[in-house]
Amino acid sequence: MKIYGVAVLSACFIAGQLIGEALGIFFHFDGNIGGVGFGMLLLIVLGDWIKKQNWLDAEAESGIHFWSGMYIPVVIAMSSTQNVKAALSGGWVALVVGVFATLLCFSLIPVLSRLQKKTDPSL
Amino acid sequence: MDFIPKLFAKNELIVAFLVVGLIMLVSVFISQKLLRNKIPGAAVAITLGLVLAYFGGKKGIADIPLFAGLAFFGGSMMRDFSIVSTAMGASLSEIKKTGWVGILSLFIGIAVAFFIGGSMGYFMGYTDIKSVATIGAGACTFIVGPVTGAALGASSDIIAISIAIGVIKTVVVTILTPLIAKRIGLNNPQTAMIYGGLIGTTSGVAAGLAATDPKLVPYGALTATFYTGLACLLCPSVYYLILSLFI
Repeated sequence: MKIYGVAVLSACFIAGQLIGEALGIFFHFDGNIGGVGFGMLLLIVLGDWIKKQNWLDAEAESGIHFWSGMYIPVVIAMSSTQNVKAALSGGWVALVVGVFATLLCFSLIPVLSRLQKKTDPSL
Repeated sequence: MDFIPKLFAKNELIVAFLVVGLIMLVSVFISQKLLRNKIPGAAVAITLGLVLAYFGGKKGIADIPLFAGLAFFGGSMMRDFSIVSTAMGASLSEIKKTGWVGILSLFIGIAVAFFIGGSMGYFMGYTDIKSVATIGAGACTFIVGPVTGAALGASSDIIAISIAIGVIKTVVVTILTPLIAKRIGLNNPQTAMIYGGLIGTTSGVAAGLAATDPKLVPYGALTATFYTGLACLLCPSVYYLILSLFI
């Protein structure tokens, strides 16, 4: 049944959020630290394990795949609800800092990527 | 005839499904017929979303009652839930392969945004340390800016600028990622994780990778989701102290 897959996904999501909130409280920070990331790691590990136990059939798994298929539509909805007007009305400082600081971060991607290849244990 | 807007308002989420479906349909058409597949349909659709948002207000186009459902459909709960679901296709061995460089990318990404963004603000006339730190934090994400500004007691116009910087970053990342993906070698899980850590804005990274290659989404999103939390910790504390050595 599809709902089993969705339920596994929900369990991982909520557990991840709980870990993120707990970390936030631990560091005295009003918010969630990496809740989504922990949820993803849980789903990767748990999903793999459940599959090996044969507890999730293809039908149940399709419940999870439905949501990953909805991911791009969610992002489209998200971009259409951004405060674009405010972004453009922040003046020159906002525009210059926003664009150039971001470009600089982009330029570092190949640098770190080379570092990763050098230290790749599997090579 | 006022039963029609009432019907739409009552079923706002369903209306949102329909609207996004139509945006996608138009975008795929533009991508295939007008752009000859040079820019993927998803990238066109996300850009089109941003253009539509301009005609709305604080919540973009969702400020128009007919499109109110988009705020829920594209809100943080749905975004985070669908991001987590993409992890089902990710492989743990690919993540392990990235190793400590993935974590390093987070610290470097936050430092570069904070210090470079801050010093750019400094040279543009915002010379007091609280403003510099808040502007630098805004260059991380639009959440880190106001959190840092509030923690340090920066003025509200500086906080507004820091939010604007963060939103501009999201827009730049969304549009630029698919265009320069090839040039920066963004075509494998390891680089996607480094990209997520360096850039950090979850919305931008999520949208940028979706438009580039949906297979890379879980890897980039995984590191990016740690960025905002970590930056909210580092910017008003450790990085602020380092900044105070210079100003």
